[in-house]
Amino acid sequence: MHIHRLEKIWMVFGVVMLAVFLAVLGVYAFSMGLQTPHSHAYGKVDPEKLAETPPFDQPGVYQVGENEYEAVIIMYAFGFTPNEITVPAGAKVNFVITSSDVVHGFEIVGTTVNLMAIPGEVNVVSYTFDKPGEYLILCNEYCGIGHQAMYTKLVVT
Amino acid sequence: MAQTQTFDRDDAKLVLTHVIFAFVALMIGGIAGMLQGMVRGGMFEMPGGISYYQLLTAHGVLMALIFTTFFIVGFMFSGVSKVTGGKLTSTARGLGWAGFWLMAVGTAIGTVMILANEATVLYTFYAPMKASPWFYVALALVVVGSWLSGAGMIAQYRSWRENNKGKISPLFAYMAVATMVLWYVATLGVAATVLFQFIPWSFGWVDKINVLLSRTLFWYFGHPLVYFWLMPVYICWYVVVPKVIGGKMFSDALARLAFIMFIVFSVPVGFHHQLMEPGITPFWKFLQVILTFAVVVPSLITAFALFATFETTGRAKGYKGLFGWFRALPWKDVRFLGPFLGMVAFVPGGIGGMINASHQMNALVHNTIWVTGHFHLTVATAVAITFFGIAYWLIPAITGRRLTEAVNRLGVWQVSLWAFGILVMSGAMHISGLMGAPRRTSDTTYNGNEIAAQWDPYNLLVAIGGVILFISLIVLAVALVKMFQMPKGETEYPVAEPLQPVEATPRWLERWGVWIGVTAVLIVIAYAFPIADQLFLDPAPGAKGYVLW
Ligand code: HEM
Ligand SMILES: [Cu+2]
Ligand SMILES: [Cu+2]
Repeated sequence: MHIHRLEKIWMVFGVVMLAVFLAVLGVYAFSMGLQTPHSHAYGKVDPEKLAETPPFDQPGVYQVGENEYEAVIIMYAFGFTPNEITVPAGAKVNFVITSSDVVHGFEIVGTTVNLMAIPGEVNVVSYTFDKPGEYLILCNEYCGIGHQAMYTKLVVT
Repeated sequence: MAQTQTFDRDDAKLVLTHVIFAFVALMIGGIAGMLQGMVRGGMFEMPGGISYYQLLTAHGVLMALIFTTFFIVGFMFSGVSKVTGGKLTSTARGLGWAGFWLMAVGTAIGTVMILANEATVLYTFYAPMKASPWFYVALALVVVGSWLSGAGMIAQYRSWRENNKGKISPLFAYMAVATMVLWYVATLGVAATVLFQFIPWSFGWVDKINVLLSRTLFWYFGHPLVYFWLMPVYICWYVVVPKVIGGKMFSDALARLAFIMFIVFSVPVGFHHQLMEPGITPFWKFLQVILTFAVVVPSLITAFALFATFETTGRAKGYKGLFGWFRALPWKDVRFLGPFLGMVAFVPGGIGGMINASHQMNALVHNTIWVTGHFHLTVATAVAITFFGIAYWLIPAITGRRLTEAVNRLGVWQVSLWAFGILVMSGAMHISGLMGAPRRTSDTTYNGNEIAAQWDPYNLLVAIGGVILFISLIVLAVALVKMFQMPKGETEYPVAEPLQPVEATPRWLERWGVWIGVTAVLIVIAYAFPIADQLFLDPAPGAKGYVLW
């Protein structure tokens, strides 16, 4: 098969760029902790029995380390438990999320906190809020007729 | 190629029926699209108890599933007939009609369910949102119908090869078969989830559904779906456009190689739609991210081939200088302008796609309206505008009429309006998406929230862009009607010849068994463990169904 010389150069350049690009993504993800949200060690939960399943039997914000907090949140159509969340500035917050009914999306506008709540699964992501203030939390996956009314706020003190 | 050959009448009927069906779906979907923009922009409220999400379900289904599939099947049947001797065998045509009727009945049932508000689950029908079982049955009919159509094309291709032993197949037929092979592999995922999960669950034969598994199977299908839209567009770019501009195809062999790579690399990658989900470990997500980016290789081949064609054609016509050949392109010919605007849109579309698939970077854009902006550049422009460009010669060519200058001019206006409307709408969607505005969300201020208020001007632009797009569709409707009033005569079915003789094309490119085998191996590597995990190693408790609309 004949391949034009310029095309060979073009292809080699493209593939090398691609390799560099993927290496950057991979290094950030696997050695610097910039990872996608995932379940960690929480295992599976029964969406109909959240009231008796830790940690979702007691949703809320808990201090778990010197400067580290865990926010345990249940999403449901069309709201959040707990309804309002307060965390201190500069602390690492681990959001631990599930849904008690259909699929929802947990987004804190203006941050990289953006993860899916799927019934039966637990999803986790960490974030450090540097600036105090009020943040908008909204549901970004269609969950029914009241989807656009599913939001709350996060206060960073 | 030079002999004047009118299009076979029976084949023309099959093709035309598909194309008209596709455009009717497009018009209805377009009305929904425009209304969505207006509702989101706060300019309009839906009357008569129709909800925003009902509209959005209709739009997604009619555009992404119905318009595309019908047009693709019609267009590919036309080309396969054209290049394999000018007439489909009765088996091929019979399968084509059987496919059409199954798909048409499926579309009708699905549309009724959506109108009746029994299936407001959006076109991705994520469990455990539960639609009427007939909605899932309707989807299954559409898929099975498309399988029959694919079988028709493959039957035609095989009969050509039997009658032309030892010859390399015509490129158009090869590409159509490649597209359908990809489609068979891809639809296995959606067929599995619909038949074994959604239908038994929605009829009430089982109580619970495995949500994560249904999502994994859906996205196993959902990504190659976009290549099913794109490959017919590439057929036009590789095979039709060079002829329209008066040139030759750059390389037959590389074009085939690119299509094989699309089959191999577009299936084992669905997790890039599930990067923000629990239940799939980062290792498997990243593996599929790597495979996702492998499609860069055939995309680079394609980009090179297209520009090489433009340049060699321009130079052969005597245009000089580094970019002089650019002026040789027939800018006032809708058959060229449509696909060319599609290529232009595909540049930011492709770059946006790379951003979306960039593993952790997906967190910035996931489920924001940026994503909607992205696929209105790709499927709603690169794909749709190329289909428009095709319609302007395909319909006259198969109905034995001559494309008039007036209709061509209407076409130039129509595709230009579309490109402009998309620039406004998609541009605004990209910007407000980066600012955090969610997709799939009816009008809301989030209780007067200040950050959300910053999205308002962009919502307005989305609405304006939507109106421009709808005007383009009205122009298209006028042009379509006029196409049936054009004088009898002849319009060329443009099929380019390669620059080098096809004898140079290696035979291994036509070993389908090998390529399907390679694809299967990659699919097993990418999916076997995660699916086993979701299915029986560590499945979550099932979810019962919800009707929340
Ligand atoms: C008149 C032209 C069009 C207009 C005004 C338009 C407008 C829109 C708007 C405003 C949305 C989304 C809103 C939301 O997420 O809340 C949307 C979604 C969508 N559009 Fe279009 N669109 C047009 C044409 C097309 C075409 C030609 C296609 C594909 C061939 C297409 C495919 C889609 C899909 C798949 C969705 C996503 C539906 C979902 O999220 O479930 N659109 N469109
Ligand atoms: Cu929601
Ligand atoms: Cu994809």
